[in-house]
Amino acid sequence: MTAAVLDETTDDAVDDVILIADGISKNYGGVHALSDVNFSAHRGKVNVLVGENGAGKSTLMKILSGSEQPTSGHILLNGTAVELSSPRVAQAHGIGIIHQELSLFENLSIAENMFAGREISRAHSWVDFAAENRRTAEVLERLGLNVKPTTLVADLPIGQQQLVEIGKALLEDVKILIMDEPTSALSNHEVDVLFSVMADLRKLNVTIIYISHKLDEFRRIGDYVTVFRDGRLVATEKMANTDTAWIVRQMVGRDPNSLFSRAEGTPGDLILEVRNLTAPGAVRPVVRNVSFNVRAGEVVGIYGLMGAGRTELMECLIGSRATIGGEVVINGKATKATVRSRMKAGLALVPEDRQRDGLVQAQSVMDNIVLSILDRLSRGGLLGSASQTRTAREQVDSLKIKIAGLRAEVTSLSGGNQQKVVLARALLTHPKLLLLDEPTRGIDVGAKSQIATIMADLARSGYGVLFISSELAEVMAMADRVLVMAKGTITAELAASEVTEEALVAASASDTILEELE
Amino acid sequence: MNVGSPAQPETTPSLAKPRQNMSAGQVALWLLRGRTLIVLVVLIIVFSLISGDYLTQSNIISMTKHVSVNAILAIGVTFVIITGGIDLSVGSIAGLASMVAGFLLFRGLPMFGGSLWFSVGLVILLALGVGAGVGAVNGIIVTRFGVAPFIATLGMLYVARGFAQIMSNGGTFPNLAGTAARGNQGFHILGVDSWLGLPVSVWIMFVVAVIAIVVTTRTPFGRRVFAVGGNERAAILSGISTGRILISVYVISGALAALAGMLLTSELAAAYPDTATTYELNAIAAAVLGGTSLSGGRGTIIGTVMGAFVIGFLSDGLVLIGVSTFWQSVVKGAVIILAVVTEQAQQRLQKNLASRAQAA
Repeated sequence: MTAAVLDETTDDAVDDVILIADGISKNYGGVHALSDVNFSAHRGKVNVLVGENGAGKSTLMKILSGSEQPTSGHILLNGTAVELSSPRVAQAHGIGIIHQELSLFENLSIAENMFAGREISRAHSWVDFAAENRRTAEVLERLGLNVKPTTLVADLPIGQQQLVEIGKALLEDVKILIMDEPTSALSNHEVDVLFSVMADLRKLNVTIIYISHKLDEFRRIGDYVTVFRDGRLVATEKMANTDTAWIVRQMVGRDPNSLFSRAEGTPGDLILEVRNLTAPGAVRPVVRNVSFNVRAGEVVGIYGLMGAGRTELMECLIGSRATIGGEVVINGKATKATVRSRMKAGLALVPEDRQRDGLVQAQSVMDNIVLSILDRLSRGGLLGSASQTRTAREQVDSLKIKIAGLRAEVTSLSGGNQQKVVLARALLTHPKLLLLDEPTRGIDVGAKSQIATIMADLARSGYGVLFISSELAEVMAMADRVLVMAKGTITAELAASEVTEEALVAASASDTILEELE
Repeated sequence: MNVGSPAQPETTPSLAKPRQNMSAGQVALWLLRGRTLIVLVVLIIVFSLISGDYLTQSNIISMTKHVSVNAILAIGVTFVIITGGIDLSVGSIAGLASMVAGFLLFRGLPMFGGSLWFSVGLVILLALGVGAGVGAVNGIIVTRFGVAPFIATLGMLYVARGFAQIMSNGGTFPNLAGTAARGNQGFHILGVDSWLGLPVSVWIMFVVAVIAIVVTTRTPFGRRVFAVGGNERAAILSGISTGRILISVYVISGALAALAGMLLTSELAAAYPDTATTYELNAIAAAVLGGTSLSGGRGTIIGTVMGAFVIGFLSDGLVLIGVSTFWQSVVKGAVIILAVVTEQAQQRLQKNLASRAQAA
């Protein structure tokens, strides 16, 4: 399937090791973030690191890239001990890191971004743009990007921006490249491009350390896989000697088949009827003529690529995006297109971007949970602190949210627990239909499984659930019915029994069919 | 909570161990949170050491009376700032309300060739209504027309001040005492009289502060104000009608500005159109000094009141010990900047401690 497989020899010969983390421990206060980790990175290979959030991967990467110092243990580079006292020192040793979030200046050109903070200057005063553009062009060519160095970063699609970020690391004559979840914002096609660049880098003998949550992705590209759990390195294996089930078992310490569960109930009454919903967009309608139903007790998945209009559809349903046509009927009643009336009618949305749309960051866990039902918790105009505490406590217990205390700031929680806080707030409004936009994005496998269980439980107790997912395995395992979207319309509707990966991928990419229709 | 006790996290057994190591950080954080109060206490000690007149009962009362006007303005502005907005028009609204009250008391409402006179209570209500109305216009400009609060209220700063001048053609309404025949005596009660040994304006500040504290901490409305400022999109998806909340905070700010304007006018027994000019800056400074974050979502009323006390006690202290007005200005500005610097330090420390607690 990929170069990774072709490169593998059938015997278990161990490749040359470029970097060894020897007995690394890292304590924060009395907390052991890493305990006696012995990690080896193989030269010219893709070394994949997996593990649930908080397992210690990121801490190790911070140590390897010089932004954190280990409490004990040392690092060997090409057999000699090195002290990576700062990111600059690590860079000087040829270790580069690409963070999960892009750190580009959208208002500057590609070349200016690449040389930001280390401009090539003439006479120590003037920026040598010609030299910058020339070297940038070289890097872009290496990355297979056919764009001018003077192009504004803002004009690039997000996938190409990610490549520019990688290009920044390449400028440094990087020998070891650490990539922290670089694909979380990429479409399937862009992931392919990224992977072919990684394969090229591998040919150039660059060592890649790759952190990812996406099982199906890193199995394609990885040569070695290392699993972390609770601050310990639990297993390292050649990718070819593993299977998905093995990796998941190492990560969570239990059987993967129990990961996702499905309600398997018999659908009840119609809750939601969407008829010919259309929302305007800049170029073409972002949602066009969408019609579908959801029944009580049903879990319906929406699959599609990025930009297919899934999030926009959710926004139309909850009433936060203006529509130019169509009807949303909830429990047999037509509804006004405002958030308040839709919520009153029984919808609740758990948005995709928790930081931007979900959490009130300066506030506590409790404040965030009860935000949607303040009226219900107040008596004579005043909020009762006992009733708030009780309500929040019930949600924390029933959703198993891990917190230091109800008054802890919500930003101190891990991604999965933040997601559950937003979910708790939505559930408190007693919705009949829950809208979940990428409910498992950016959270670890254990939390994903819990969210899936919660969704199935909700369906069993009579809720309708409509969720968006970009992961094939997830949507196939969790949904009773799958709607596939492409270019703003629904291109396929598949029952659980007839869902296949091929059908989903084909329907999500059916550009040509749509073009013919136009 | 800026000045009150820090929130008590529920301790779990696993947190017990690292806690000992963090105590230095916890103490520092606690001190930073209480900084406005600490600064106030330090100010009082320093000034009373320099001048024997500072800590006398009469001086404390007169300083507190000065504070009350700014505190009331600042409480209103705090509501706006918590939503992430700003209200630059409060000084002008105070001036406009002052002129409205003065006009009604001195001239009466011209009607049927004569003048219609209102009782003092009604005059106060009408002036408050004008303030609230101007605030509502601010709110509508911000929410319906999407104008940035800074610009909308900057415009209103000029508009309201202009109307204040129009009301008297730039002149002063010199006598607000009213007559028994017109039934409009007693305006002096607000700014001149005392009750139980304290000026009425101090009592008013006290009542306004208590109501504002209850509203911000104990009512759904107050919590929604914080939610809108913390994350407007999350607030919308929680079913909060953010437009209504935003308009409300400008209405509160406008009404409290009108109240402050009338306290000033009553004290002077005359209404002139330049009343409370640049007072908006003192009000914003008090809010910021009290730990209200200009980016929204954070702030306390008690902090703002404390901030107003610091500014008032500092200015009056500097006057008392004979520092020139030029240096007063320098000191006041430096204190405000220092307040924001320490606010940043507090945020950083808080984040540090939280991430360590999370690692636990």
